[in-house]
Amino acid sequence: MMRMQPHSEFAGAPVSAAAAPIAIELSEASVTFGRGARAVPALSTTTLRIADGEFVALVGPSGCGKSTILRLVSGLVQPSSGVVIVGGREVAARAMRVGMAFQNPTMLPWMSIERNIMLPLKIVEPFRSQFRKLRKTEFRDKANALLEQVGLKGFGNRYPWQLSGGMLQRANLCRALIHEPRMLLLDEPFGALDQFTREELWSILQDLWIAHKPTVLLVTHDLREAAFLGSRICVMSARPGRILDDSHVDFARPRTVAMTFEPDFVALNQKLRAFIVDARTAATRGAA
Amino acid sequence: MSDFDYRQKAWSAGLIVLFFLAWELFCLMTGMSDLVLPRPSQVFVTLVEKFPILWPHILQTLATTMIGFVLGVGLGVVLGAIIGVSKTAYDTAYPLLVGFSSIPKVAVVPIFVLWFGSGTVPAVLTALSICFFPIVVNIATGLATTEPELEDVLKALGASKLDILWNVGLPRTMPFFFASLKVAVSYAFVGAVLSETVASNRGIGNVMMTASSNFNVPLVFAGLFVLAGLGVALYVIFSLIEGRVTGWATRKNDVITT
Repeated sequence: MMRMQPHSEFAGAPVSAAAAPIAIELSEASVTFGRGARAVPALSTTTLRIADGEFVALVGPSGCGKSTILRLVSGLVQPSSGVVIVGGREVAARAMRVGMAFQNPTMLPWMSIERNIMLPLKIVEPFRSQFRKLRKTEFRDKANALLEQVGLKGFGNRYPWQLSGGMLQRANLCRALIHEPRMLLLDEPFGALDQFTREELWSILQDLWIAHKPTVLLVTHDLREAAFLGSRICVMSARPGRILDDSHVDFARPRTVAMTFEPDFVALNQKLRAFIVDARTAATRGAA
Repeated sequence: MSDFDYRQKAWSAGLIVLFFLAWELFCLMTGMSDLVLPRPSQVFVTLVEKFPILWPHILQTLATTMIGFVLGVGLGVVLGAIIGVSKTAYDTAYPLLVGFSSIPKVAVVPIFVLWFGSGTVPAVLTALSICFFPIVVNIATGLATTEPELEDVLKALGASKLDILWNVGLPRTMPFFFASLKVAVSYAFVGAVLSETVASNRGIGNVMMTASSNFNVPLVFAGLFVLAGLGVALYVIFSLIEGRVTGWATRKNDVITT
């Protein structure tokens, strides 16, 4: 088993995927919820290695355990068997301080957007102990710098109810990144948005990734989204999930929405689609 | 928005005036004896005449109510926080709490009197025991309805239960809490007056009791008016505080109308 030093800085991580150290490693990890006769297998034995700075998209039929993988990596769920190693350490219950974002942006309605975004700084060290001192200066600037990167410059003083769904989701990404996590876990972050807003946010997320180079694990239903954003795509089977296909995506960055209509891209989409259609029919046959 | 607000207030005031007018007319037309139902004008006259005598009793009732209320809120917040944070505590303690709250408080007053003698203490305790329940329920509900996604985001950051409670749980319960305060303060009033009626020689409840045994019905009604007035006043005070503290919860309306 490889043990790595945990990285605390954004910058300086090697860009080439081949040489990069392993950020996330699932070895024969499985998850079962409940016990005895009521036990529900959520994830069958899965082995997955993700290099530092990689952008991995997880796709698969609904309920296949994609989110379970995210929860394993973040330490919210313990593996029933096997080992999960994140940043060189075994995931000992939520010590990882990863950035997370879900479909529901869950901004706190009583706080302005910038204060919402600063919430992780109130919790994670070393920011936590400086929070009172720096929240009106350095931390606020940090929040606003991120807001500017996602195109929300000047919206820091607004309240969540004054923003549209797409804007809230951008703020959600900022909140996930403010504490400079080495790892970003996204669970269908754009699922509730309309097509155009979604495509806009793909580019924003891509820019954020290029700028900060965190390791990203993105769970999505949208195959175009997976192919647009991912440097690597893992296709999962129906519940209990396992990884059916694992392939690298070599389209040049930064990718554009126009590229998603080119033949190579469409072919990749069709390949992914075929996997999932097969997985779904296999699942229904199994159930019948 | 404010235009609508004023019209709403005018309607409320109109309804109150209409109610008293109808009452007055009803008494006049039926020739009702003031031993049965005094006219509101009589009640107001009595209220003004007897005000110097009533004043210390008003203070007494107000004091017992507020002490009972403050203690009840304290107890309610602590219990509600414990129950709301832990699912196990919620399931375990709820039946007992419901049991307590379904006991008619009038049945408890004699026990308090037995323990502490008649007067202020049983009034405070009755007020407390009647007003803490809505607070417990509201705090517990507010805490239990925190979005699971947000909790996951914070837990993944290494947040402790206390961090989540402090930054998310408690602020989120504030609208529930203040809504329950308005209810609880009226309840506390009911409790205090109830206890004064049964076992005390001071307070509005006692004044009404004495007045009714003397067939001084206008004074009984004057006592009722005082209670209603105090109840409304406390309700308004807590509504104003609520608006200040938890404006974010109702602000959505502004967006729609502006």
